Amino acid sequence: MKDPLTVTKATLPVTYLRPARGWMAVNLRDLWRYRELIYFLTWRNLKVRYKQTLLGVSWAVLEPFLTMVVFTIFFGNLARVSSDGLPYPIFSYAGLLPWGLFAKALNDASRSLVANSHMITKIYFPRLILPLASILSGLVDFAIAFVVLLGMMVYYGVWPTATVWALPLLVLLALVTALGVGLWLSALNVLYRDVGYVIPFLTQFWMFISPVIYPASSVGERWRLIYALNPMAGVVEGFRWALLGVQPQATFLPMLALSAGISLLILISGLFYFRRMERLFADMV
Amino acid sequence: MSDLAIRVEGIGKRYRLGAPVLRYQTLRDKLADAFGGSSDTMQETVWALRDVSFEVRAGQVLGVIGRNGAGKSTLLKILSRVTDPTEGFAEIHGRVGSLLEVGTGFHPELTGRENIFLNGAILGMRRAEIARKFDEIVAFSDVEKFIDTPVKRYSSGMYLRLAFAVAAHLEPEILVVDEVLAVGDAEFQRKCLGKMSDVASQGRTVLFVSHNMSAILRLTEEALVIDKGRLVLRAPTPQAVDVYLSNGYAQMGERTWTADEVPASAAPFRPLAIRLRNAQGRVVDTIRSVEPADVEIEYALDAPVTGLRVGLYLMSTRGEAVFTTFDTDEPALFEQLSVRPAGHYVSRCRLPADLLNEGRFVLGVNASSYRVRRYFQDEQALTFSVDAAGAPGMQWPEPRLGAVRPRLDWSIEAVQE
Repeated sequence: MKDPLTVTKATLPVTYLRPARGWMAVNLRDLWRYRELIYFLTWRNLKVRYKQTLLGVSWAVLEPFLTMVVFTIFFGNLARVSSDGLPYPIFSYAGLLPWGLFAKALNDASRSLVANSHMITKIYFPRLILPLASILSGLVDFAIAFVVLLGMMVYYGVWPTATVWALPLLVLLALVTALGVGLWLSALNVLYRDVGYVIPFLTQFWMFISPVIYPASSVGERWRLIYALNPMAGVVEGFRWALLGVQPQATFLPMLALSAGISLLILISGLFYFRRMERLFADMV
Repeated sequence: MSDLAIRVEGIGKRYRLGAPVLRYQTLRDKLADAFGGSSDTMQETVWALRDVSFEVRAGQVLGVIGRNGAGKSTLLKILSRVTDPTEGFAEIHGRVGSLLEVGTGFHPELTGRENIFLNGAILGMRRAEIARKFDEIVAFSDVEKFIDTPVKRYSSGMYLRLAFAVAAHLEPEILVVDEVLAVGDAEFQRKCLGKMSDVASQGRTVLFVSHNMSAILRLTEEALVIDKGRLVLRAPTPQAVDVYLSNGYAQMGERTWTADEVPASAAPFRPLAIRLRNAQGRVVDTIRSVEPADVEIEYALDAPVTGLRVGLYLMSTRGEAVFTTFDTDEPALFEQLSVRPAGHYVSRCRLPADLLNEGRFVLGVNASSYRVRRYFQDEQALTFSVDAAGAPGMQWPEPRLGAVRPRLDWSIEAVQE
């Protein structure tokens, strides 16, 4: 009955349970131990997303593409919004792509804890994995929609310049921003379901203060600094700069640096807030 | 010290009562609180668990018994790290696998195969580990043919078998099991219990929570009795079960009727309560097969009633009738009470020892005058459990068919040719 040979004592990890107090750092070792769960949850989100849909994964393209068509008709043709000398369709599509990635990641991450409450109340795993996995699964949609952008570049004869190396960094910046805000909102959502109602407004409002429909160059000189406090302003504008070779203002690079700094600040504060609230999730969700 | 698996010291868990904290709150509630002056400090709190200390050695199989709401689940949730303790300290040596709820994270749209990998990862298994045990898991679950079908097309039995199979193949040093055996058919339950014995015989530590006293007796040598958040007793299992069953730690065992629950057509009969009492006279939910028990029906008559009989139906939870009995079945008694005067009554019926088999039963109540009128009927007035510990044939751990488990006289003769 009690044969200790099958369990080797020396290798057993010891866990100490005690009431958690105050602020805690992220438990990276724990996160690493559960890294495969990040992969599996990302994979699940992808698998499930387009199940029982007629058009399946084409939605990843259709959504930004149709939005681009609408924007082109109303803002490009009717309102004649400036597009930094680019054809308006490619201008807006190149803005909608990073924006879509961000908005989707933010939305999914913010809802991730409540949507998976049955897991949180039943089983232990680092809770951070839930918002993390929901952000990563948005990347695949982004990649698919990106192929269409390449097609449009060929069609309009726009060629990438040497600055294209910055593209992955900008994508990373969008994800970091989404994760940072998503951490705050997901934890808040556990306590206050109002967050679920706030998210659509927030993303819509946020899009208007980001240069998706219009170029950042149309923002007045003296507002630039305040404008750059929005990390997504740097990401969206940077995207066009990196890929389509749009000449940025002289203030662009410092603005981008400021964006990155703000984004990191949100992420770090989000991590701490998330960790602080984490212990309440199972009891309150 | 070297083979310690779990050490728990003064563990307590406090929950705040009332909507704001147990359930999520909206910002409006919070604002209302802020302006209304009712702050967190005014909230009522309840200790789901308090001052619980114990140690478990590696390789021990420990039972945890207690009625619903006693704090068993809270204890398991703390040990499996789902929730933090409010006070106290615990030390756990090794990986904890919990069967708190099988199928956690199963997604209906994914196939059986996909869910095995997903669920395995959620339970903390490595991908390579799952791949290695995949065939074994599928064989255990008996769903080979449907392994590439989305689980939403599964029957609930198949779903459950698959979910348990994944969890059962997790190989933690410490396994926490909470009442997963209450579901599933007898064959499956047997398989699950077998798997748990395997786990135990491999030198792993098991914490087993169940309302099934036979399973507790069969699988564990020692048990904790928890009541109202406190550790009441730690003792060898037969003794712990005995205390639990005879001290009325088992829940309920009583059903009362309020005035508005009784139809007007029942007048002048007014049912008040039905209770189940064990041999010690305590109101209990679980009685022992080997001891007698009493069922009492308390009622009031607002006017004299002619030819009244008050009685019980006993049914198994599968709906098989076991017996019907009335308080005036005895002809002499019926003659004597041909007209029952107005008043407050208790009709009491003794269930003899060695009558019922283990399982859950339903008591129905009937009050009528034969061929005249039925005053009141409630076919599911009370449910209760029978525990077969000590009943004939318990040396063979198999489910016995039939609602009754009488102790019959057998004799064995060698016949001379």
